[in-house]
Amino acid sequence: MSPLTPARRLLRLAGLAALGAVAGSLLASGVASADLLTPESGGSPNADRIDTLYKLILYIAIVVFIGVEGALIWSLVRFRARKGRVAAQIHGNTRLEIGWTVGAAVLLVFITAVTFVQLGKIKNPEASDPGGLAGARPVYASTDQPPPPGGRALNIRVNGQQYIWRYQYPGADVFAYEEMVVPEDTTVTLDITADDVAHSWWIPELGGKFDALPGYVNKTWFKASEPGLYEGQCAELCGRNHANMLARVRVVPVARYQTWFDRQQADIAAARKAGAEGRRALEQEGGASSTEGGTSSAPGSDQ
Amino acid sequence: MLTTDTAKRTIARPQVVAHEIERPSRGWVSWVTTTDHKKIGILYLFTTFVFFVLGGVEALLLRIQLGAPDNTFLEPDKYNQLFTLHGTTMVFLFVIPVFAGFANYLIPLMIGARDMAFPRLNAWSYWMLLFGGIVLYASLFFTPPEAGWTSYPPLSGKDYVPGGGMDAWIIALHIIGLSSMLGGVNFIATIQNMRAPGLGWGRLPLFGWSILIYSYLIVIVSPALAAALAMLLIDRHYGGTFFDPTQGGSALLWQHAFWFYSHPAVYIMALPAFGVVSEVLPVFARKPIFGYKAIAASTAAIGFLGLLVWAHHMFSTPMSTVVLAFFMLSSFLIAVPTGVKIFNWIATLWQGAIEYKTPLLFSAGLIGVFLIGGISGIFLAVFPVNWQLTDTYFVVAHLHYVLFGGSVFGIFAALYYWFPKMSGRMLNERMGRLSFWLIMIGFNLTFLVQHSAGLSGMPRRVYEYSASAGWTAYNQISTVGSFVLAIGIGVTLLNVVRSLKKGAVAGPDPWKGNTLEWFTQSPPPENNFDAIPRVRSVEPMKDIRREVEKETGVLQQQRAGHPLVKV
Repeated sequence: MSPLTPARRLLRLAGLAALGAVAGSLLASGVASADLLTPESGGSPNADRIDTLYKLILYIAIVVFIGVEGALIWSLVRFRARKGRVAAQIHGNTRLEIGWTVGAAVLLVFITAVTFVQLGKIKNPEASDPGGLAGARPVYASTDQPPPPGGRALNIRVNGQQYIWRYQYPGADVFAYEEMVVPEDTTVTLDITADDVAHSWWIPELGGKFDALPGYVNKTWFKASEPGLYEGQCAELCGRNHANMLARVRVVPVARYQTWFDRQQADIAAARKAGAEGRRALEQEGGASSTEGGTSSAPGSDQ
Repeated sequence: MLTTDTAKRTIARPQVVAHEIERPSRGWVSWVTTTDHKKIGILYLFTTFVFFVLGGVEALLLRIQLGAPDNTFLEPDKYNQLFTLHGTTMVFLFVIPVFAGFANYLIPLMIGARDMAFPRLNAWSYWMLLFGGIVLYASLFFTPPEAGWTSYPPLSGKDYVPGGGMDAWIIALHIIGLSSMLGGVNFIATIQNMRAPGLGWGRLPLFGWSILIYSYLIVIVSPALAAALAMLLIDRHYGGTFFDPTQGGSALLWQHAFWFYSHPAVYIMALPAFGVVSEVLPVFARKPIFGYKAIAASTAAIGFLGLLVWAHHMFSTPMSTVVLAFFMLSSFLIAVPTGVKIFNWIATLWQGAIEYKTPLLFSAGLIGVFLIGGISGIFLAVFPVNWQLTDTYFVVAHLHYVLFGGSVFGIFAALYYWFPKMSGRMLNERMGRLSFWLIMIGFNLTFLVQHSAGLSGMPRRVYEYSASAGWTAYNQISTVGSFVLAIGIGVTLLNVVRSLKKGAVAGPDPWKGNTLEWFTQSPPPENNFDAIPRVRSVEPMKDIRREVEKETGVLQQQRAGHPLVKV
């Protein structure tokens, strides 16, 4: 190897500086957000278990990554051409090749096993905690998502529409847009669908995403024990304003949830009544002067 | 032989036996009318690189928009159109056909054939590709498509995207799909039937193996895409309801048909690049490829398993656990032959005498970065984890590590390796090295942080994000990286233009290669070979050099540490 010329040394220095800058900015952004290397979690047990499963794969991945990149870089450096080096004329080694094939397979079998051990706890809804919503209704087994043990859960129908989420609460004429209010410690099961195009429901801290497809009902659940606001947004391209189709889940103590629910119910009933009266008045007016045949939708109508 | 026999049997009488010799056409006419696989190959390469640049410019515009939170550089409709064009261009007009270009040029040379099996069909395939590309880009003059390169209905339906650009997209993909299918048939026929004497299946160059599997995959899966496109067109214009749930259709049907094509398309894009690496490494490590059979077999295994994993793109749709588990396990299975390839490549470098030329740099770079794409693929294959990661920037990062790290690095290795054969001139090594490092650094800057953006909740295909989301730093690093990457690519393009005129003259075999394309002149004459040697191993050129050495006493083998070629 010839000694480095000043120009080359400079180039190398610049390269190192660039690497340092990248590492620095990565660390800085790592401080800003805790999710440099792992998915978000902390809101619901299923999100936490996905995080655990992810971390396990991450550890295996780091070992594989370091091992393979190390072997690659070491071979590249150690066996570079020099005067007099003769390349070994090896055509293969069956035992070695079978060895690493089996080795790779064993790692994957291990990950598979762990995944299936964890799967039930991620996919199947848990029981609500004792402090959870008392009036939560039993939900019945669907195709693939069993009801939570004890059967108590709050079942909310999530409907994706360009570009807003609509939440229909069970048992009463109560619905909300964009922000879903749920009681703490209560298992919330979601029936997810869409009215127009495909959307995807996702609140990262409360678990994975599930596509909202017209004509299908997709299912997931969460159980939040920490009151607070959990934010997410639509994850499947749904049109020009896809970036602003936001979703929020506000977790509140059970008592506050009841208050909110009752008020929402009263507000909607009042709005419907006002809407119906307004419509009647308009229709009468329209009957009187038949030239204006406009139809107007009542405020508070649910679509 | 034939004429003398005929002469003996027939009564001699004066006759004119001379035919008019077709005057060789020159200039642009020779390009437009050619059926020569080498010229068609170059047409393919030129066209696809033009589309590569277009797709790259689109990517830079996207990155500028995302370079700052709440940016207003692009309108939402323009943003959606640009990422649709970017994805469609890179997949259908660059990575898939660029390998048809390399294969067109190289497969007949590597197997010692005069031309492709069906030269006119070959020309037809190329022109269909060009016209398909023109159809897609003509939509720039009205409304470009904006439903993403995956164009899921109902969004891609008439109600939501009424513009003609969506129809241009459908028609363009039909034409391009037909082009690649016909190309695939041609490669299969050529490789099956036109190999040189002695060139059995066990001696087919690994690039040939990869193109064979590439072609079979194209021929098997493209009809599924064609069917899906036809259904979408019928839904949009002729009252069809294939994807309309209110009329008994299913929006998921499209996703299944689309991914039944588009997942194998990943291997259609990656396998030929792996084939390039399997050709380049042994030449520059001065060692035979480690485990030829294992690499060939893993190519076939990846191709076969690649047909069985499509629904892992749909883990978040309503699916029963059994189906989820099946597609997770089939995706895991693919990791095994892919791992085998990587291990065999590293073992090929092991104990070699590695010449650091640009093709080797890009090949080694491919192994290094593709590994990251492979590992992130394992995360995505575990469906509970996939529920968190899918449709986020983690997937964007993963697919670029596979398709840029896996395929485009291979394309650049191929360009640097075979440019001397195609043009007769070497590419400049200094510019090559500079280009490699800029691409390597720029690529990782751009895409490594996108994993983190996705992990912290950034979905794909959003034209803006708010500063409070915490994604700003990731996106800024990514945007800076994309420009470094673009400069790196620009250096290579400049290198190509410059070297066409000024490059060092290559001679027939500048790298001391292993395969038959190095047996003929650079660039090869129209008939490729005057005499086709009998092939006795997987490295016929080594045998030939050894023979020449024995007969003439002049050293033919390359010695470690001595320059391969003066550049």
